[in-house]
Amino acid sequence: MYKDLLYYLIFPGFIFISVAGAFLSWFDRKITAWVQFRKGPPLLQPFYDFFKLLLVKETILPASGSRLTFLMSPVFGLTGACLSGILIMLPALGLKSGFSGDMIVIFYMLTIPSLTYMIGALAAGNPLAAVGASREMKLIISYELTFLLVIAAVILKADLAVTVQDIILAQGEKGPFVGSLSGILLFIAFVFCMQAKLGLVPFDMAEAETEITHGSFIEYSGTAYALIRLTKYMMLFILPAFLCVTLLGGFRTDGIHLLWTVLKMIGVVLLITLIRNTNPRVRIDQAMRFFFIWMNLLVIVAIVLIYFGL
Amino acid sequence: MGFKEYCFKKSLWLFHFGGASCNNCDIEILACLTPRFDVERFGMQLVGTIRHADVLLVNGSINQKDKVRLLELYEQAPKPILVVAIGACGCTGGIFAQGNTFAGPVDKIIPVDAYIPGCPPKPEAIIAGIVKLLHK
Ligand code: SF4
Repeated sequence: MYKDLLYYLIFPGFIFISVAGAFLSWFDRKITAWVQFRKGPPLLQPFYDFFKLLLVKETILPASGSRLTFLMSPVFGLTGACLSGILIMLPALGLKSGFSGDMIVIFYMLTIPSLTYMIGALAAGNPLAAVGASREMKLIISYELTFLLVIAAVILKADLAVTVQDIILAQGEKGPFVGSLSGILLFIAFVFCMQAKLGLVPFDMAEAETEITHGSFIEYSGTAYALIRLTKYMMLFILPAFLCVTLLGGFRTDGIHLLWTVLKMIGVVLLITLIRNTNPRVRIDQAMRFFFIWMNLLVIVAIVLIYFGL
Repeated sequence: MGFKEYCFKKSLWLFHFGGASCNNCDIEILACLTPRFDVERFGMQLVGTIRHADVLLVNGSINQKDKVRLLELYEQAPKPILVVAIGACGCTGGIFAQGNTFAGPVDKIIPVDAYIPGCPPKPEAIIAGIVKLLHK
């Protein structure tokens, strides 16, 4: 009982994921700075940002719009991120076996943060937030199908195993899925879905700072925004971790393998950071076309390849 | 210095309000964010909405129409908020002080925490001003 509580709250649950995510977010900002020939923020910057928002700043409620929904949606978003992180990390570290079908639950839990950003934005009663929410909604519609197809393909590749643990075990036998042709296609599609889920350039149109001034988050301040930042930090850890689990062979923490695990995570974050720094923001219709036609096609080709055992 | 105050000083997010300026101060502020001066080293970041801001940078002369907007922005900002008046225009009115649409320098409208004079102030001067503000 106490052990479960420890798992959920400290390691590998809430605290661990947030701290690791905060460091990854610093890494992301530092790499961005280096790409632009700047020096970048100090190591503890994400913590300063978070505690400043949480402890110092005032939270302003919108005069029009629904206050309860506005305040509750970051809490639900954080809960969703937290639960999905725990469901991924427990089997990934071999602490618990998980339950049958937890891949599907993880898929739903990963949708919750984006969904709550949208609900919170619509509750804010700000026209720019509404624009952001509508873009977020279209983005969810476009990438979610691709993401589901990727997960389906992974399950198919693991001989219809629907638990995270079985998928890791299947990769232990055959080697990481990314080593095959279909695995490479799935990896590409997964990375783009991740980019859209994290709201990074080229799919940051819901938050476009230069265009609709933070869109969905325009009205959030103080504690509520701190929770959103925390959710973003956590998602920056959870999604690369999920990618490692489903395609890159999972985590191992014994001896030298720990180094590989850390390098895998850093490599994935480096990849998405470089994508975000070298691309322009696309329009929402371009993003929809990109996912609906090209990414879905890619995953379907991968599924066909899996049938032929490639 | 308490933990809260330390975090606040380490993570100032800037919001830029340009009044009726000649745009030169705006360019100098942007120069602070570019690679050569890079204020992100100190955790400063330009944000797009006043709700996330910790520092309100005001430059340019404030005329009748700007005054209404500046007041509204100040009221919408989550407290604590620091106000920095940049340039001769922001501090005193500068060459626009005698104009008939001029509505007073910034400190007649909202409380100002730091003044950075110059026409325009160099990026070094802006950074020095903000450092002074942090040590106040
Ligand atoms: S202080 Fe000088 S440079 Fe700055 S806005 Fe005024 S006139 Fe322009």
